[in-house]
Amino acid sequence: MNAKKKLEVVGKSRRRVDARAKVTGLARFADDLTLPRMLHCKLLRSPHPHAIIEAIDVDKARAYPGVHLVLTGKDFPVPFGIMPVAQDEYPLAPERVRYVGDPVAAVIARDEKTAEEALELIQVTYRPLPTIASPQEGLEQPETRIHDYGEQGNIHRNQSYEFGDVEAALAASDHVFEDVFFYEGNNHMAMEQQASLAHIEGDGKLTLSSSTQNPHYLHRQMARALQMPASQIRVIACQNGGGFGGKCDPAGHEIVVSKAALMLGRPVKICLTRQEVFYQHRGRHPILMKFRTGVSKDGKLTAVHLQTLLDGGAYGSHGPASTFYSGVLTPVTYELPRFKFEACRVFTNKPACGPKRGHGTPQPRFGQEVQLDKIAAKLGLDPAEMRLNMVTQADSLTANWLKIGSNGLAECIRQVVERSGWKDKHGKLPEGRGIGIACSTYMSGAGVSIYWNKMPHSGVQLLLDRSGQVTVMCGATEVGQGSDDVLAAIVAEVLGIDTSVVRCVTGDTGLTPVDLGSYSSRVTVMMGNAAMEAAGRVHELITAAAAEQLDTLPEQVVMSQGRVFAADNPNHGMSFVEAVVLAETKFGTLGAVGNYSPPKQPGKYKGSGVGPSPAYSFSACVVETEVDRATGMVHIPKIWVAHDIGRAINAVHARGQVIGGVYMGLSEALMEEQAFRRLPPKLSAALVHRIPSMLEYKTLTALDMPDVEVMLVEDPDPNCPFGAKEAGQGPLLPVMPAVANAIWDAVGVRIDEVPITPDKILRALVLKREGKTPRIGPESFPEVPYPESVFVLPPGEGGDGNESKNVSRPSAQSSQSSHSRMEVTAS
Amino acid sequence: MMRLPWFKYHAPRSVAEAAHILAAEGGDAMLIAGGTDLLPNMKRRQQTPATLVSLRQVEGLKRIANGKGLTLGAGLTLSEVVAAPQVREKYRGLWQAAAQVASPHLRNMGTLGGNLCLDTRCLYYNQNEDWRRAIDFCMKRDGQTCWVATRSKRCLAVSSTDTAPALISLGAKVRLISAEGERDLALNELYCNDGIDYLARRPDEILTEVMLPDLAGWKSTYWKLRRRGSFDFPLLGVAAAVRTAPDGTVEEARIVLGAVSSHPLLTEAGQLLVGGKLTDEAIAAVGKKAGAVAKPMDNADLDLYWRKDVVPEFIAYALRELRGDDMSETRMRVTRQLL
Repeated sequence: MNAKKKLEVVGKSRRRVDARAKVTGLARFADDLTLPRMLHCKLLRSPHPHAIIEAIDVDKARAYPGVHLVLTGKDFPVPFGIMPVAQDEYPLAPERVRYVGDPVAAVIARDEKTAEEALELIQVTYRPLPTIASPQEGLEQPETRIHDYGEQGNIHRNQSYEFGDVEAALAASDHVFEDVFFYEGNNHMAMEQQASLAHIEGDGKLTLSSSTQNPHYLHRQMARALQMPASQIRVIACQNGGGFGGKCDPAGHEIVVSKAALMLGRPVKICLTRQEVFYQHRGRHPILMKFRTGVSKDGKLTAVHLQTLLDGGAYGSHGPASTFYSGVLTPVTYELPRFKFEACRVFTNKPACGPKRGHGTPQPRFGQEVQLDKIAAKLGLDPAEMRLNMVTQADSLTANWLKIGSNGLAECIRQVVERSGWKDKHGKLPEGRGIGIACSTYMSGAGVSIYWNKMPHSGVQLLLDRSGQVTVMCGATEVGQGSDDVLAAIVAEVLGIDTSVVRCVTGDTGLTPVDLGSYSSRVTVMMGNAAMEAAGRVHELITAAAAEQLDTLPEQVVMSQGRVFAADNPNHGMSFVEAVVLAETKFGTLGAVGNYSPPKQPGKYKGSGVGPSPAYSFSACVVETEVDRATGMVHIPKIWVAHDIGRAINAVHARGQVIGGVYMGLSEALMEEQAFRRLPPKLSAALVHRIPSMLEYKTLTALDMPDVEVMLVEDPDPNCPFGAKEAGQGPLLPVMPAVANAIWDAVGVRIDEVPITPDKILRALVLKREGKTPRIGPESFPEVPYPESVFVLPPGEGGDGNESKNVSRPSAQSSQSSHSRMEVTAS
Repeated sequence: MMRLPWFKYHAPRSVAEAAHILAAEGGDAMLIAGGTDLLPNMKRRQQTPATLVSLRQVEGLKRIANGKGLTLGAGLTLSEVVAAPQVREKYRGLWQAAAQVASPHLRNMGTLGGNLCLDTRCLYYNQNEDWRRAIDFCMKRDGQTCWVATRSKRCLAVSSTDTAPALISLGAKVRLISAEGERDLALNELYCNDGIDYLARRPDEILTEVMLPDLAGWKSTYWKLRRRGSFDFPLLGVAAAVRTAPDGTVEEARIVLGAVSSHPLLTEAGQLLVGGKLTDEAIAAVGKKAGAVAKPMDNADLDLYWRKDVVPEFIAYALRELRGDDMSETRMRVTRQLL
């Protein structure tokens, strides 16, 4: 694209390309699909939290009228899992169940009701085992192992990294703050429950249409679990009614219906109930965390020692990545010379946790941002100013070797401070009203694929023909976030056409080039860059052909607003369709491919693959609260959020994403809890989800949602298509700590855990009246047997990104060393 | 939830026909009006009636009759109750209660009679059958133990109707018709403090009407505690009605608490107000007395101690509103809507 033109599509507020279908009900979700001769599948799930399956008798169910097939664990000998190091799940549990809801058998019948009735005829003999309800219990009871793999006992993952001598830095700090926080687990609560339809095509190949964010990874795991060549399997990601990470893992039910369709030669469909979605889960990990943070007297960070303890639930899922993410992005927002990060994920007898919007990072972000608020209060600094004074810089390296490109955090802080009237409000509102600030960052795509390979992360193929239609194909998946719209917009911008000319074919492993999927906020950057490359190649062909006709140089040809013309004579030109005809005439059938791989990252130590990204987004958020001192009830009149998006591809849509993130963050801050219940142990061994229903698992309703003012900070990032970074996850992160900080400003109590419910605030207010520490939160952090640290010198200390094996670290032997100036900050 | 279980379905046209069918079907039959409570319960196998007798096509159940007082047909949807000007103008507590039941969609289906007969609720009971199997069921259905308090001899499921406390505070009666005849009952007498046998209505009786007395000189209100501005059942309902002399002296007062017991709790605290004015001190005393009898259990949303702690505060909201204080800001904060 030599002839520069102003952006015509990118950056504008447009109706998104899938809006009509979604609004009118034409969009086809997996549950909308039916096929002739289709059968229905229901799963039998374990009533025990932990048990050995001694016997399963399915004879009666098999003989039940209308039943076509009954499957059990025996039919699925090969385990699967999204991460190569955690393939610990079977579609149906073969010999052991690990949580209430673990699937053990499947009935395929003429309708759901018949299948349900037949499930009741299946006799399973269980031998119950001791159960583990929390990571603390898991550490204390290594002998009742939930899995026979992992680090030791019930520890699934255990790791320690140290970037520079943290103990020495803490010892030299003016202040050291030590705080423990807890972040409760929660579910994605996508509106659409998962559904899948498997059928056999006329050529004998298997097709699975499913609610999935990652058809490519699902494709691979299906080939593995079904022991079939991947070439015989096609996975179609249907329109998704939200994903938020809940549809990232390949799911057992997807493999079950595929197997059934193969065995029966008939279409087989399954639709999960809402309760089953809570069992499939893969939601936010509950995390207990401890921050020891060194600060200079002017409020600059000297070092952070972060310890996290993750409640993993019953299976690996994305756990190895989640464990890393509970710390690795901590140094990205503020200058932090040294950083130590220890993390441990423990198996428990509860549904598996996994990735949810922000994947592992909202929890430590909550802890860090609340702790900063305490530090500011203690040092008498303005929390916004303090943050502004230590934001990371553009084009810099963090202590853990993450490469930051563009960085609009300072501008985000300035804008929320300005728009919210922060300076007139913070510390100045009448008792009961308060205002709080917090910031965050997120990746625009994970720099490394989930399985090791050197192939592109995203591929895009364009097809054009003499009709003027432009078909763009990509494996990226529309989960409601607008990926199809981004794809169409980028192609349209490059080719100077309207998005209505572009047809998107996406998320279909049988038709589209591989894209890794809709996770890690990677789609706009990776698919977008691939689309730019493909469209650029087509642009070259068309301008070359048109230049001949226009009697000018290809570089002088402009494609704009559906026309192709010479830059110096805009009236002399042709329609886009005419130009395509010329190009097809000159070059033959028109098309191009493009692809994208993230840049190489500077970190070289083992484990450095988690955290790098082509670009980081930044956000700042101010929340205003009114706290009723008699009840502890919180009212939030308004939230301001500024998001450094690089550039908005579709401005109205980007704002929608930001508001959606704020909605989800506020809901987590105030009410969401994937909570479990044990009954009195003398009477029962039950360990059940407290509230697996949409009525009792609370999320904000429209009436509970405050006014949100969104500011998009646009500082285009050179690694990103038209400079556009992510918006899907980042803006959620600062909301929870900003709420906690605003409550402190309103009534002077600290709630160091999420969710922040009125009973906790009232209890803290009572403590305050009694002259005690007005804080509700975890009291202590347990002894965790973290391993010896991998020691890496930070960039500022002469490191090269590799592990330093023989560094003398006099203070590193004890992370719990007593510290004379250690302060607990809830005062 | 599962698919609905099999059941027989009758759609009578008259109360007499419905009563006749009920009498013939015996205890395995249940009435269905809007079905917003019963059908999900059936899908979770909490209730598994062999026969459903629908009231939707029964004539006369949507009657609104003015006379001395107001008569409301039990088949009126909650939306229809909310839309009735007589309710809004003269029985504000009922209007506010009905307007806060569930969500707009459910109010369009659910009926006044259905809300009065609403099954008691409990987090150990309002669960799908397989979940309840995982805890070996509970006393209310298929099991032995009340998991809320394992030594309890009775079921502690919670009365969760919004309209009943309001109507009791307004002195409402209900009419029950069976094949054997009809009887009128003070609404308060319709309820028993037992999570299983929570209604004094016999299985063969149909609740057809709600009769409200003329309440000239009375003012009423309803305050609902729940986590969110819509959708949720009450964690506490405070219905208050007072009759005052022109100088503000309270002549009669009724305070009824919902969702803190297995039945709507008609407190005696209202008596404290009689003969005096609605001063802050009097309101605080009433809150303390009424709060003491509220017994929230660990079987609903939010912390039970907190739910008990805030009862006096919610009673104060109600009484201050009746005194004439402008409570709109508090109302907006607490219930997310002006009522």
